[in-house]
Amino acid sequence: MRVAVIVFPGSNCELDTVHALRLLGAEPDLVFHRETDLSGADGIVLPGGFAHGDYLRTGAIARFSPVMAEVERHAAAGTPVLGICNGFQILTEAGLLPGALVANRDLRFICRPIHVRVESTDSILTRNAEVGRVLRIPLNSYEGNFVLDPSALEALNDRDGVLLRYSDSTGNVGDGSNPNGSTNSIAGTTNAAGNVAGLMPHPERAVEEILGSSDGRVLLESFVSSMEAIPA
Amino acid sequence: MTEPAHRLLGMTDDEYESVITILDRTPATAELAMYSVMWSEHCSYKSSRGLLGRFRSNYPWVVLGPGENAGVVDLGDGWLAALRIESHNHPSFVEPYQGAATGVGGILRDIFTMGARPVAVWDPLRFGPLSDAHNRYLFSGVVSGIAGYGNAVGVPTLGGEVEFADRFSGNPLVNVMALGLLKEEQLVTRAAGNAGDVAILLGSSTGRDGIGGASILASASFDEDSGVKRPSVQVGDPFEEKKLIEACLELYDRGLLAAIQDLGAAGISCATSESASAGGMGMDVDLDAVHLRESDMTAGEILMSESQERMLAIVEPDNVEAVLAVAEKWEVGVSEIGTITDGDLLRVFQGGEEIASIPAASLSDDAPLYDRPARRPEDLDEIWADAPPLPDHVNLPDVLLELLDDPALGDRSWISEQYDHMLFLQTVVEPGHDGSLLRIKGTSKGLAVSTDGDSLRCFLDPRRGAKRLIYESALNVAVTGAAPYAVVDNLNFGNPEKPEIMWQFIETVDGMADACEHLNVPVVGGNVSFYNETDGVDIYPAPVVGMLGFADPMPENPPRLDRAEEGMEIWLVGPESGDDFAASAYSRVLLDHLGGRPEAVDPTVALAVVAHAARLAPNVPVLHDVSAGGLAVAIAEICIRSGIGAALDDMAWELLLDEAPIRFIAVTPVGTDLGIGNVPIRWLGVMGGNRIAFGRHSSVPLDESTRVWREAIPRRMVG
Repeated sequence: MRVAVIVFPGSNCELDTVHALRLLGAEPDLVFHRETDLSGADGIVLPGGFAHGDYLRTGAIARFSPVMAEVERHAAAGTPVLGICNGFQILTEAGLLPGALVANRDLRFICRPIHVRVESTDSILTRNAEVGRVLRIPLNSYEGNFVLDPSALEALNDRDGVLLRYSDSTGNVGDGSNPNGSTNSIAGTTNAAGNVAGLMPHPERAVEEILGSSDGRVLLESFVSSMEAIPA
Repeated sequence: MTEPAHRLLGMTDDEYESVITILDRTPATAELAMYSVMWSEHCSYKSSRGLLGRFRSNYPWVVLGPGENAGVVDLGDGWLAALRIESHNHPSFVEPYQGAATGVGGILRDIFTMGARPVAVWDPLRFGPLSDAHNRYLFSGVVSGIAGYGNAVGVPTLGGEVEFADRFSGNPLVNVMALGLLKEEQLVTRAAGNAGDVAILLGSSTGRDGIGGASILASASFDEDSGVKRPSVQVGDPFEEKKLIEACLELYDRGLLAAIQDLGAAGISCATSESASAGGMGMDVDLDAVHLRESDMTAGEILMSESQERMLAIVEPDNVEAVLAVAEKWEVGVSEIGTITDGDLLRVFQGGEEIASIPAASLSDDAPLYDRPARRPEDLDEIWADAPPLPDHVNLPDVLLELLDDPALGDRSWISEQYDHMLFLQTVVEPGHDGSLLRIKGTSKGLAVSTDGDSLRCFLDPRRGAKRLIYESALNVAVTGAAPYAVVDNLNFGNPEKPEIMWQFIETVDGMADACEHLNVPVVGGNVSFYNETDGVDIYPAPVVGMLGFADPMPENPPRLDRAEEGMEIWLVGPESGDDFAASAYSRVLLDHLGGRPEAVDPTVALAVVAHAARLAPNVPVLHDVSAGGLAVAIAEICIRSGIGAALDDMAWELLLDEAPIRFIAVTPVGTDLGIGNVPIRWLGVMGGNRIAFGRHSSVPLDESTRVWREAIPRRMVG
C-alpha cells in the first residue's frame, strides 16, 4: 500500500511519519508540495511541522499549495487522508474537516505525552481500536486548541465525528485533563464519510516502546488497514 | 571633538596602527569596518586564544578539533558526530526572545555547514532570581525564543540546565549546544577550491539588523544605556533556516558544492575572508550582487550585517545552474556575489569601484593577541576561610521541602515541555534526567549528552570548580548509559581587562584541561564569552561543559529516574564525605551563604566511579548522579519520578545534604550484584511506602514533596 507523505517547506515530521509507516508495513513516498499528481497513492498523510512557516495562520498558506487540489480530489473520492498536528490544521483550513486550531489556553508550547480516549471507531484512524480505550501519545503544539462554534459542534457530535478526546490515564474527560483548552476536549475528528481524519497528538511518535509508548500503533495500523479496505 | 572612526567601531588605537602597518596605508571606510569586526574579542578570541592551546584534542577518534565550525568525532561504521557550543548572552539580555532564537539558528548553521543534519540542541541558561519581575521576563522570553525557533526549524531541544543567582540579573547567560550526525563522505570543508569558482550567497536577504553585533554587543560591557543597542540584535526566521537546511543537505547529497561557510558574526566580511584564506586563495566580491532587504545600504553595512539564515557556497562554474535550481525549489534567496581568485587578496567592489583590497588571511591570522595580566583575588583566602555556618541539627523534612521548592532544583519541565524534544524518533532518555540519550536509528549506537555549569563553586575556586564540572558531566553521561567521548566548553566570564577575571579564566582553563586529560576525553571545540559585566559588576565565572558520551551497543533499557519499584534497594556508590558544603544548595537556599572552599576530586577515584557507572548502566534500573542538594534531593527526585516513597537508614544529616563530588545512587532489585571492586559503596535504604523517611524519627509525605517540586517554577511565574 503506497502512502503519499506530503512535504511542504517547513514540514518537519515527514521522516518520522515515513519511519513509523514503514514499521507498520506500508510503503510511504515523500511527495513535494508542488506535485499535482497523486494517482499512485492508496493513502495520503499530511505530517506535522510548520508548513510555510505557519505564517499568517497555521495551514493558511499550505492549503493553497499546488498539491492540495489533488488531496481534495482524493478525499472526495474516498481515499484515506490523515492529518497529524500541522496536517490536521491544514485539513481544517482547507475545509476538509470542521473547526480550527488556535493558540493553547496557557499560551505556551506543549510537548509531553498526554492521554486520549477513543470516542468512535467509525474512521480510518480508529477502526482497529475500541471505544473507551485510553492511549498515551505525545502532544507537540502551540496551536493545538480546537475550537468550533456550538451548532457545528452539535452536528459533529451527532454524526459521531469526534474520534479522540483528551482524558486522564483512566479515561476521565474533564478540564483537568484538557492540556490546551480544546472545545469539549476534542483531540481528533473525522469527516462525515470517515475517510478524512485529523488529530493534534503524534501517533508516529508512539510506535516503539523504546521511545516510551507504542499506543500510537493502533491508530496508524487503522490507517494502513483502511487503505486495503477502501480501494483508491 | 569627535571620536575617531576606529574607536566608534570598538577598536583601540594600537589595533588601528596594526591595520595601517598591514596595509601600508590608511584603511578605507569599508576596510576599517571589516577589521573592526574581525578583530573583535568575539571573533578573534584575542584575550583567550593564547591559553586555549591547553586543551588537548589529538585523540584517534577526533576527526576535526577546535577552530572549525564544529568539532567532529568518529563513531565507527562511517558515522560521524559534529558538536559545538555557543553563547548568545548579550543579545538575549537586550531582546530575550530574538536573542535566544538567533542563538539557536546560529549554532545550527555551524552544524550543517559541516555537512551534518542537526539532530539536537541543549540550552544551558543562567538568570537572576525569579523574585524579580525583569528576571522573569528574561527567563520566560529566552525559553519561548528557544522553543519558538527550535520547534519551528525542526530540530529537537533535549534540555540543558539552569541556574539562578544574583550576579546574572544584569547579565543573563544563554548558551546553546548542538549536535549533528553525518556519514564520513558527507563531511564538507569551508576552504575555497579553485580560481574561477563562484561564491554564491544563499538564504535570507541582507538587511540592517545585527550590524556590529560582534563588536558592539558581544565584546563590550553593559551599562544603563544598553537599551539603545537593541538594533544590534538580529531577528531570526526559523522558516528561512529550515528551508536553508533542506536546500544545503540536498546540495551536499548531490555533490554540487566545492565548499561552504555559514554567515555568523561579522557576516559577509567573515565568511568571504575565512573561506578564501582557508583555501589559500583570494576572492573578488561584488556587493551590488548581494540580495538586500533595503536598497540604500552602505558597503560597511552590507559587509558587517549579521542578518540571519545565510550561507556562502563555493561552486564550480559547471554546477552553478544546478545550485540555483535547488535554491529555487526550496524558495531560498540566492545571489552570485563573488569569484575565487589566485593570490591572497580579498577585493570588494561596489558600483564598479574597488572599495577594499586586503590580504584575506590578515583578518583572522593577524588579529591582535593579548597576554592580559592575571592576579589572584586578594580576598580569596578570606572567602575560603568563611565556611558555611552549619547548625548542630536540622529538621530534614523542612529542609528537603525548601530545597525542592528551589527553581534550580525543582521540576524543570516548565522549560523542557516548551521544547519539542521528541522529533526524529531518537530520544530514548528525555529531558529531566542526568543526561539525554539518543539512538542513531538503523544502528546499535547511542549518544548521551549532559550540559553542566556551576558558577558559585567556580567563583569560590575556579580550578576545582572547573574540574568538578568535567567529572560531574562525565558521570552524568555514564549514568545515562554511555562512556565520555568528547567535550565542548563555553567559557562565560566577566571583563578580561580586570586581572582577577583573567585569573579566574586561566584557573578554569587549566582545571578543565587537567580533568579532561585524566578522563582521556578530547576537547573538540568551545567558545569564550567575555565582558559579561554590567555597571562594573562581573558575573560569577560560569564555564559550561557539554559532554558527549558514546555507547555501542546502546543499553536497550537504560537507567531512568522513574524505574524504581517497591522493595528495591538504594545504594550510594562513590566516596562519602559529610562536610562539603561550600556553594552547596543547602548553604545557598537555607543559609543564603557563599563561602568556603569546595573539595577537590581525586582523579583516580573519579575515573573508577565514572567507568563503574557506565558498566552498571545496561543492567540497573535507576542510576542517578548526586549533585546539587546532595543525597536528600537525589533520592527525593527518584521517589517523586517513580511515584514511590523510601525508607532511609539513620544517618547524620550532613551526609544527606553535603555535596561531595563524584558519587551516584543505584536503585536495584534485591540481590543485584553491584560488582564494586575498588569503588566505595554504602547501603542507604529501601524503596517503598508513600513517605520519604529519614531513619525512624522524621519523614515527609511523598505527595507533598511532589507538589512542592512540581510548583517550584510555575508558582513563581504567575503574575
